[in-house]
Amino acid sequence: MERFVETFLKLSVITSIWPKILDGMLITVELGIVVVISGLALGLVLALVRTAQIRPVNAIIVVCVDVLRAVPPLVMVLIVYFGLPNVGLTLPSFAVLWLVLALVLAAFAEEIFWAGILSVRRGQWDAARSTGLSFIETLAFVVLPQTVRMVLPPLVNRTIAITKNTALGTVIGVPELLNQATTQVSFLSNATPLTMAAIGYLIIFVPVVLFGNWLEQRYAFRKA
Amino acid sequence: MSVESPILDIINLRKSFGGNEILKGIDLAVHAGETVFIIGPSGSGKSTLLRCCNRLEIPDSGTVRVDGIDLGHAATDINAMRRRIGMVFQSFNLYPHMKAIDNITLALRRVSRKSRPEADELAMAALAQVGLAEKRNAYPAELSGGQQQRIAIARALALEPKVMLFDEPTSALDPELVGSVLAVMSDMRRAGMTMVVVSHEMRFARDAADRIVFMDHGVIVEQGAPGELFAGAQHARTRAFVSQLER
Repeated sequence: MERFVETFLKLSVITSIWPKILDGMLITVELGIVVVISGLALGLVLALVRTAQIRPVNAIIVVCVDVLRAVPPLVMVLIVYFGLPNVGLTLPSFAVLWLVLALVLAAFAEEIFWAGILSVRRGQWDAARSTGLSFIETLAFVVLPQTVRMVLPPLVNRTIAITKNTALGTVIGVPELLNQATTQVSFLSNATPLTMAAIGYLIIFVPVVLFGNWLEQRYAFRKA
Repeated sequence: MSVESPILDIINLRKSFGGNEILKGIDLAVHAGETVFIIGPSGSGKSTLLRCCNRLEIPDSGTVRVDGIDLGHAATDINAMRRRIGMVFQSFNLYPHMKAIDNITLALRRVSRKSRPEADELAMAALAQVGLAEKRNAYPAELSGGQQQRIAIARALALEPKVMLFDEPTSALDPELVGSVLAVMSDMRRAGMTMVVVSHEMRFARDAADRIVFMDHGVIVEQGAPGELFAGAQHARTRAFVSQLER
């Protein structure tokens, strides 16, 4: 038991490195916020573009989305970070992680939004168009509000799952939470920083999960 | 425009789905204040005909004129015209995320460009017309089928249409709720609304229709006043259909 505490919960380590862990948490939160915002926005835009039913455009979207969903994010992070400089494009590691995770989230979000849009019954379109609303107005005021309510649970789950991939930043040196922790582990030959990282992730993501639950309840349809 | 010219004028309308011709050259004129019932077996093209009247379906050829304006003409603003053509659906199609009054005001505000107070006032008048003013803040899921359909009628009425299209408005209703919807339609008829109704409510058609049109296999087989058509149909197909319904 003593050895366990010594390895995972060493007090002297905690007191000396907590500012670094805090720095890492800050980067993780920053990354998470920009990934969620840009990923969900891009996913929604792609789903909306798809409603225009322009065949070649839709084909491109479907192929890109499938690729992004199939390739592990770690592989893409490595390709972009180590590959792009060879063609003369060097991006900072933060930007690489942001780009990859935002694109992956956008791909999943597009599929979820699209499925939601398709599941709104045709009668809703008929009714709105029959009163003179345009295609765009029908989408904005009738179809999307129903879509968002329907897709909220899968969207929240997927968003949390992908945002947790910010930990991949550790392999390309983004000083996020896990990277800070592993750096300290190699300095101190002690696993306590990893415990601290795990607690850090809990502190970041438990409120996100709770917020997601609240959101789902808040926007569920009123049932009679 | 002379007084005589029809509100709704359908000329040689054709529509196919995947090589299957649903409408085989339909001609039909509906005059102001007229209530026309379209009856016929399922698959006869009734609903498609109705949906061509506001271009929810785009006909392959032929002309639909509403109030003298060709809906298919390139210069026609179809969204502006659709305000003038109310439509009521079998499955009500109320917007489930909006209160009854917002279901009605959406098009008033977006299409007719009314301010919110103005739109609310018109919506309340329409709600009163269908006898549901007290349900203004109810969500569709909190209403019975009959109430939902009356709200749907109010949604179309509030836009002050020249003609109302009803696509089997009572087919999805429990029998005891049908009467409330038919009563609203009778009121509209008395108020002079022009109506085209696809329906299987034969007793109602007999009382409320000025003219009954019998369709089968994409053509109008015959048409006439309810008395004529029910008592002395010219065609065997019409007689067979009517007797089947009355049984």
